[in-house]
Amino acid sequence: MSTITKYQTASTAFVQEAQVFADLYGSAHPTLAAIRKQAIVAFSNRGIPTMKHEEWKYVNLTSIAQTDYRTASPADSQKLSNSDAEQYRYAGKDAILCVIENGKLNVAASTMTGIPAGVRIGSIDDFSSDAAVMSHLFTHASFEEEAMVALNTMLCYSPIIIKVDAKVKCDTVIQLIFATVPGVDPLLIPARVLVVAGEQSEFTVVESYHTLGAGALTFNNVVSEVVVGKAARVHYSKIQVEGDEAQHINYHKVNMARDSYQHLTTLSLGGAIVRNNLNIRLDAEQVNAYLNGLYVLNQKQVIDNHTLVDHAMPNCYSNELYKGIIGDQAQGVFNGKIWVREDAQKTNAYQSNKNLLLSNQASMNTKPQLEIYADDVKCSHGATTGQLDDEALFYLRARGIGETVARSLLNHAFAADVIEQVENETLRESLMQLLDVKLSALQIEA
Amino acid sequence: MLSIKDIKASVEGKQILNGLNLEVKPGEVHAIMGPNGSGKSTLASVLAGREEFEVEGGTVNFLGKDLLDMSPEDRARAGMFLAFQYPVEIPGVSNANFLKTAVNEVRKSRRLAPYDSKEFLKIMKEKMALVEMDKAMTQRSVNEGFSGGEKKRNEIFQMAMLEPTLAILDETDSGLDIDALRIVSNGVNALRDGNRSFIVITHYQRLLDYIVPDFVHVLYKGRIVKSGTKELALELEEKGYDWIKEEVAVGA
Repeated sequence: MSTITKYQTASTAFVQEAQVFADLYGSAHPTLAAIRKQAIVAFSNRGIPTMKHEEWKYVNLTSIAQTDYRTASPADSQKLSNSDAEQYRYAGKDAILCVIENGKLNVAASTMTGIPAGVRIGSIDDFSSDAAVMSHLFTHASFEEEAMVALNTMLCYSPIIIKVDAKVKCDTVIQLIFATVPGVDPLLIPARVLVVAGEQSEFTVVESYHTLGAGALTFNNVVSEVVVGKAARVHYSKIQVEGDEAQHINYHKVNMARDSYQHLTTLSLGGAIVRNNLNIRLDAEQVNAYLNGLYVLNQKQVIDNHTLVDHAMPNCYSNELYKGIIGDQAQGVFNGKIWVREDAQKTNAYQSNKNLLLSNQASMNTKPQLEIYADDVKCSHGATTGQLDDEALFYLRARGIGETVARSLLNHAFAADVIEQVENETLRESLMQLLDVKLSALQIEA
Repeated sequence: MLSIKDIKASVEGKQILNGLNLEVKPGEVHAIMGPNGSGKSTLASVLAGREEFEVEGGTVNFLGKDLLDMSPEDRARAGMFLAFQYPVEIPGVSNANFLKTAVNEVRKSRRLAPYDSKEFLKIMKEKMALVEMDKAMTQRSVNEGFSGGEKKRNEIFQMAMLEPTLAILDETDSGLDIDALRIVSNGVNALRDGNRSFIVITHYQRLLDYIVPDFVHVLYKGRIVKSGTKELALELEEKGYDWIKEEVAVGA
């Protein structure tokens, strides 16, 4: 079968599955039925993107297209317990853990006690009477423009929803543990998140992705929509630590209202093929958006960070810092688009991407992309790709520090400033630990 | 302690050291002087184990071991210390964390228990006083944004922390004003204890007013062509190197 045919066959199979799902589960939330129908049309038209597509130039999805995936269904039984989830607790003993097992909330495995007043976390069924929340569901991430969003939208029946009421400041971190449990058949997991931050609310959300157990291939196709209300402050981390064979494509859309702030950290350590699509829309004045990313790759990992900072309105600030350490035969991609629309005067937008290549076969493709249609703006970008500083390495060794430890110190120093900006201290320390574990894996193979 | 015999070394195919001999005994301070390009810094680099320097002949024995066979870290652990001419900046690694790692790695190799944080802080405080170093500097990244003088003080501070058997100071005086020179020299002198040896590489006699050497050697075209006591340094200061070059030419 030719590659193109494989892509078409796989796409057709997903569409057929979506139609079966619509018949089986579509009546529960009829308001969403129309959106799903549109998503099916959109995905049928686009199909799984090939490398000919400019935005997918460096990520080969053939392995996804040629795998005979079954989509995780809302009817699937769940097997994880609370103790399975506890090992991934990153933000202290008070944090709320929501376990999303193969795309669906597993209440028994979750720790959802101690949710402060004004904060609600649940599945779609818990929010079906909340018209405000339902009006946001499936509406921000564009399935018309993104095939993989369409794929998620037509197949997802178990979104997880977080709503924080106006003026609620929640110190308790909400961690969504996306537990991938491989089965006998290859599994496509259409996980979906909606976060609605009320005016002047402030809280921290962590999405972490894990593989538990062994089995056939898995493919997480995730869409997160984050609606940041007026003057709200949202701290968000996305942590990728899935297993060596995991395939993962996520699309993260943030919509920011006036005077709001969001700080998003994307830490990518695990997985075979990982694509992070971030789309941050600064949709009103006086918005501050920070996007930080760190990726550490080895073996044959492919990690692609595609970010879009969309300045739609004047007087906003965005700052983007992405760093990568790439070893073995791994491939990193950074595509950072900043879009300053005509109305977005007095925009300040900054972007930096720095990479360390640890081996001759490692590669990095970085592409800053500034599209500026306003005339009174300050924008800058910079990208570097290099190797560990030999002088620094020699200096450390000349002080008695062994080569392995010296390399590890330097790698850590390079990467740490991305994590240092994470506000919650316990979370920050957990992320540092995850980083060091991954860095020590790089050392062994070097 | 250190015995260098007929060492020949090159960098990028160019021979720099050309049969150099030097004997250093415990407690001695040897000054190495010489015109630009004579091989002074190459000697320091070869002793510290820089890989880009190719040793083509000769032997170096350090405390009974073949130094040339050792990695840079093993040389440091065995008690050798190089104060760099151009200390490198290492963003993201704090001075304190770096030194604690270094000191404990060296201690580990000597089968000593690592210092805990409290002990380490106490020792660090003591040694910082030696070079009049501000506490804030230990929290900063290694050498990052340090002035020339601060970088050199940091080198001597590290030396004090690591307590080497043999310290090589590679043009530690370059770029220092007179106050910094005094502070750095005081630090070095405080570490002279009758057993610790020093090789002081310098362009200028001035440093040797502060750090008084037992021997002065002139390095020229990759060999030591003249040795003497501290008076030789004064003579060089006064007369320059031409007379030595002539002597060598006649001798050849």
